This record gives sequence, C-alpha cells and structure tokens, in this order.
Amino acid sequence: MFKQLKPAILMLLLMTVVTGLIYPFLTTGVAQLAFPREANGSLIEQQGKIVGSSLIGQQFTETKYFWGRLSAAGTYPYNASASGGSNFGPLNPALADASKARVDALVKADQDAGLKRVKAVPIDLITASASGLDPHISVAAAEYQMQRVAKVRSLPEAKVREMIAANTEGKWLGVFGDARVNVLKLNLSLDAMK
Amino acid sequence: MMPLEYWLLLIAFIGIVLTLAKPVGLYLAGLMDGSARVVKAGQTFENRTLGLIGANPEAEMGWKDYALAVLLFSVAGVILTYAIQRLQLWLPLNPQAMANVSADSAFNTAVSFITNTNWQGYAGESTMSYFTQMAALTVHNFASAATGIAVAFALIRGFARHSISTIGNFWTDLYRITLYLLLPVSFVFALVLVSQGVIQNFSAYPDAQTLEVNKYDAPKNSPDGQPLKDDKGNAVTEPAEAKTQVIAMGPVASQEAIKMLGTNGGGFFNANSAHPYENPMPFTNFLQMLSIFLIPAGLCYAFGRAVGDARQGWAILGAMTAIFVVFAVVAMSAEQTASPLIAKLGSDVSMGNMEGKEMRFGVAASALFATITTAASCGAVNAMHDSFTPIGGFVPILLMQLGEVVFGGVGSGLYGMLVFAVMAVFLAGLMIGRTPEYLGKKIESFEIKMVSVAILVTPLLVLAGTAISVLVTDGKAGILNPGMHGFSEILYAFSSAANNNGSAFAGISANTPYYNIALAIAMWFGRFAIIVPVLALAGSLAAKKRIPVSGGTMPTHGPLFIVLLIGTVLLIGALTYIPALALGPIVEHLVMLAVK
Repeated sequence: MFKQLKPAILMLLLMTVVTGLIYPFLTTGVAQLAFPREANGSLIEQQGKIVGSSLIGQQFTETKYFWGRLSAAGTYPYNASASGGSNFGPLNPALADASKARVDALVKADQDAGLKRVKAVPIDLITASASGLDPHISVAAAEYQMQRVAKVRSLPEAKVREMIAANTEGKWLGVFGDARVNVLKLNLSLDAMK
Repeated sequence: MMPLEYWLLLIAFIGIVLTLAKPVGLYLAGLMDGSARVVKAGQTFENRTLGLIGANPEAEMGWKDYALAVLLFSVAGVILTYAIQRLQLWLPLNPQAMANVSADSAFNTAVSFITNTNWQGYAGESTMSYFTQMAALTVHNFASAATGIAVAFALIRGFARHSISTIGNFWTDLYRITLYLLLPVSFVFALVLVSQGVIQNFSAYPDAQTLEVNKYDAPKNSPDGQPLKDDKGNAVTEPAEAKTQVIAMGPVASQEAIKMLGTNGGGFFNANSAHPYENPMPFTNFLQMLSIFLIPAGLCYAFGRAVGDARQGWAILGAMTAIFVVFAVVAMSAEQTASPLIAKLGSDVSMGNMEGKEMRFGVAASALFATITTAASCGAVNAMHDSFTPIGGFVPILLMQLGEVVFGGVGSGLYGMLVFAVMAVFLAGLMIGRTPEYLGKKIESFEIKMVSVAILVTPLLVLAGTAISVLVTDGKAGILNPGMHGFSEILYAFSSAANNNGSAFAGISANTPYYNIALAIAMWFGRFAIIVPVLALAGSLAAKKRIPVSGGTMPTHGPLFIVLLIGTVLLIGALTYIPALALGPIVEHLVMLAVK
C-alpha cells in the first residue's frame, strides 16, 4: 500500500508543476509573442477604446443596425461573461415563443422603417446560438435586413450589399458550412461611413 | 438524404483519422515497449526523475500493484483538485476575484476531471480562477488521459505477453505518455489554435464599449438575496441596462488542446467548444474533431502491432468505424429538420435545426461533432445537444450508453472494446461448443467474470441513477424542458456521467447538492469499477500460456469477427437501454412527427 503512496503524491505534484504551470505559462509566452492580437481576444479598438471583439457578437435592437442571432447568454443577451444556449428542446413551447417574438420584432422594425413586405425569415435570425455570443448570421439573414438598414440610413441598397459582401467570410475551403456575415464588423463599418 | 457536402465532410474526417492511425499507432507502440528513439534518448533523465519520486522504474508491477498505483494517484488528485477550488480566492492568478467553489460543486468537479469525464456543473468563466483552471483542471486533463492510456497499455501487454506475472510500471507509463506524447502535441496544437483566434492570456476581463446600450429585464431579488416571485409564481423583473460588454478572458488554448486530445471535454467556458474563444473557425473545429479520435484510433494500431498481427488492430478499428459512420449519418440527417414549431411560423428553415448551433459550424459540422464527442468519451460540445431534434439527440445518448467503446476515451475506448471482444469470442465459443480463445489466450471463468463486471457496472449506474432521480423531488427539480424531453435530460446526465463522457442536455440544472453528489458517484464507479477488473483481466492474461493457432481457432481479424463484435456491442447496448430510450427520444420523435 505505502510503497505506491509516495510516488502517487510526488508524481501528482510533479505533474501539477509541469502541466499545470510550466506548460500554460510557456504557451502564453510564445502565443503573446507570435500572435498577440489573437491571444488577447481579437479586440477591436476605436480611438483608444475597446468597442468589442471580432469574435464575440453584440446585442442589436435598433433599426439602423443589422441584428444577430438570438442570445440566451446569462442575465442578458450577449453577456460575454456568461456564455450559453437556450437549451430548449424542439417541442418546448418556450422555443416557439422566443422565435415568434423575434419574427414580430423584425416585422415591426420593417414597419417602423416604412417597409411593407412579406418575406420568410431565415431560421438563424430567429433561433438562439449555442454560445449566446455567435458573431455571425447567414448571408440570407443579412440580405433579409438589407432593405431596412438601407432605408433607415438613407443609403443605396447596392452600397449596403457591397458592405455585406465586404464582411462576409466564405464557406470553409469553398465547400464546407455556410458563408457567414460578421454582424459587429458590418455595423461598425456602417457607422464609420458618416 | 444528406447533401453531398455533408458526405464530403464525413469522408474527409474519417479518411484522415484512418490515415493517421498507423503513424500515431507506431509511435504509441514505441512508447509502450520503450523502443521509441525519444524514450532511449531520455532514459537516464527518466530513471533519475522516477527514482527521485520513489517510483522504482526498474521494477515492473503485477496487476494489483498497478491498480493500487492508479487508485492512489487518482484519490490524491481528487483531494488536491478539491482543495485548490475551495481555496482559490486566496491563491494567485484570480483577477476576477472568483469566490471559493462550494463544497458539493468542488467535489463533483474534482471527481469529474480525475475520471476523464469533465462533466461541468459550473460555468467556467464565472466560477474558476485562472489558477484553478491551470493547476487543478488542466493538470487532470493530462493525468486522466495518461492514466487511461496507461491502463490500455497494461491490457495490451496482458495479451502480448505470456507466462509472466507483471503488466508494466504505471509510473513509467504515465511519465512517458505525458512527456513524450500529450505535452508536445498539446503545445503545438495550442499554438495553432491561438493563431486562429483562441485566446491565451492572464488578463482581467476587459470592458468593451458596445454600440448599443443593452436593455433587459433583470430578475428582482428580495433584500435577503432570494429571487422574488409574483402571485402566479413567475419571477418579478425590473428594467436594467448594460452599457458595456465584459469579455471573459483566460489561458484557454493550453487547456483547449489537451481537452480535445485527451478526450476530456471540459470547457474553459460554459459554452465549451461553441464559444468563439474556444473554437473560432470551421478550421479549428475540424482540428478539434480530428484530435478527439487521433489517439483512440492510433491505440488500435498499436494494439495490433504489440500482439504481433496488425490485422487484429485493424479489425477493432474497423468495427469502431462502422458503428461510428452509421450513427454520424443518422445524426447529420436528423439535424437537417428544424423544429416544426419554428417551421410553422412561416420562416425559411432550409438551413436545418439552427437552435443551439453556431453559424460558423452550421448543421453538418455540429451534428458530426456531436457524434464524434459521444462516440469518443470526450464530451466537448460545439452545439447544444439539448436543442437537437429527438433523433439527433438519440444518437449521442445511445453512443454513450454503448459504453464509450466506439473509439471511446483515450485508452478507455480500446480497453472497453477489448472487453467486448473477449465477450464476443466467449459468445462465439458458446455457439459452437469450444473453449473460447482470443489472441492465443484461453478465455476462462475468471476472465468472463471480470468482463461481465466491466460491462454491467455502467448500465447499473445509469438506469438506477435515472430511476431514482425521476422519483425524488431533488432529481425532478433539475429539469428544464417539459414532457419526455425532461426525462431525456436526466437519462442523458447519468449516461454521460457513468460512461465518463461529460457532455449534457445542458438545460438540466445539475449544480445542486443532489446532482453533484449523485453524478460524482456515477463518474467514480463508472471509471474505476471498470479499470480494476480490466487490470485484473490484464494480469490474468499475462500469466497464461500462449496456445498455438489450430484449425479450430476462430480468426479474430476478419469480417466475421468484426460483424460479431459489432453485434455484441449493439446487442448488449440495445437490450439494456431500449426501454429507457423509448420513454425519451423515441416517443418524442413520434410526437414531433404528429405536430402539424
């Protein structure tokens, strides 16, 4: 019994030092030298202030902005210190309520902007992401909102379409997944146009 | 049916895994018998280090000493991990001043990480200090993975050796696996992840000035801190606003790499690999999926090589791959259908079931990830399984319940599958009335007893745990979703814990004393009540004489054996769990079909 006790304790301490301290410190050191922007969160700064991260979505409800996915992060949407999804099952009435409320909000935003139209809303725009921080929407979801944003900002649609394209990341290797639009970057570039 | 793009993703993934199996396996085999060049080069240092900690590297261990070493090392790990969490407020690297973790949560987490389960009742970014994440949790991402591989090494030696009473030295195995395999690969992998956007820093959480002020309804608390409820029992809220976005930081990449490579699966953040800072790109997602299967696949090859016939390893790998592919196709197909409740709203659902999924992964890479993470006992998630379609959620539950032997955890997947292989040979022997043998070893009463214990312990934990939890108030209190889906949440939790997976139908509120303790028990026995009989099996096999192949020997490298092995795994899993599954995902699927 006691023959293995000493190595058990000492091996644990040795591994704690090597894999729990040396390894993460060394990784941090090299990462900070080689990829400082990425290692520190791909933060976006404007006039010396952090305005967000290109990897972390933000909540948008104003008509002049493109809106992102629904967010079920803790306490409030897009809370970047409490990531998480809704965890609603496919038959949970709460799921339908959340999606319905989003569809209604989108329709109302269109009406406020003076748009009258009936168009099916892409599903990514009315469902919550897994992290609650998803920075992206589909190209279809951006195009759905294009007329509204163009109208509210009195911009030609072609210009807004151009900006969507400029903030779109294509399919991986041209094949896998969906092309996606970075909502925060798109909205920042819209704001920067003035 | 699945679109071409889905097929391409699956084929590319499995193709690369099978291609890497041989080179990884060769390296593993070299670590196992000490013939690898790097082991020889470091031999002096290894002997000195192991000698210094009293590990006596010259002497090999019998199975009882080996098991004792595993258990003592693991118990010591639980105590230290518990202590660090309970004291983290007073320890360094805690810029957010995270409070000490509660006793039941710290106990659950300690058992969870030591058993390679990495079930998480807590949310990392609001609970754990950087020091705890590193010195407690990252350490056991390495240690539990190395322990699993070491036990697999011991069992392989049991088959490969004959007429000998020892199965290796646990400390030597642990040392070599950690230093020569897990650490270097993790280091490189972590840096690749950082280059793609995974964070690696010790900063306090920065405040971002958001474009909009975030207005929301906050739950109102009574003066003593309890949430207020109105007459109808609904939470009382008051309007609140957040002017900034506080962005969680930390040394993520170093933990992320070993989290995947060691099939651990415990996320730095609550959202795990769905969080953009853990898994920012489709490319990192693909690498994470590959890294889950890398070692389990390589170990199959190492096994074949060690027993002197590579085909034996390919047969095991073939059985795993066949089961995996079928389940992956089912899950990926199922997730193309959105909830009928959302389709009814007149929305465009052509993208599939996007609730609980990230845009950068989409349906295909989310469903494939879910299949991989539960086929292996990884348990990392890049999408919320709770929001999957009933059939999409059925796949991960059943894969866990099969005993985590389809690739499985690092080490544990192979030793689990070899347990089934012995059972398959035994069943075949019964059918034709011959004494069963596997790899030249006669399978006798002692072996079958050990194999039976190893196979039966997890169903007992899963079914008893679920049954008790749906009966007691504390168990039912954790449910989020109404109806049969709520039952699935509990069934999922115990399937995940007892099989050391760690993923969840995360709607369940499991950070309660009841679930923290119940699931810790399931995790502990689901790990060590298998490891001990597996080591006993290894010891017994190593001591046996090797009997020569004769005309009556059933070949265990051909298609017949592969089919027999698959049949055994599926039959035992199905017979055990179909009644419980019928109450959860199966009936939910039927109900969903009826929604108009």
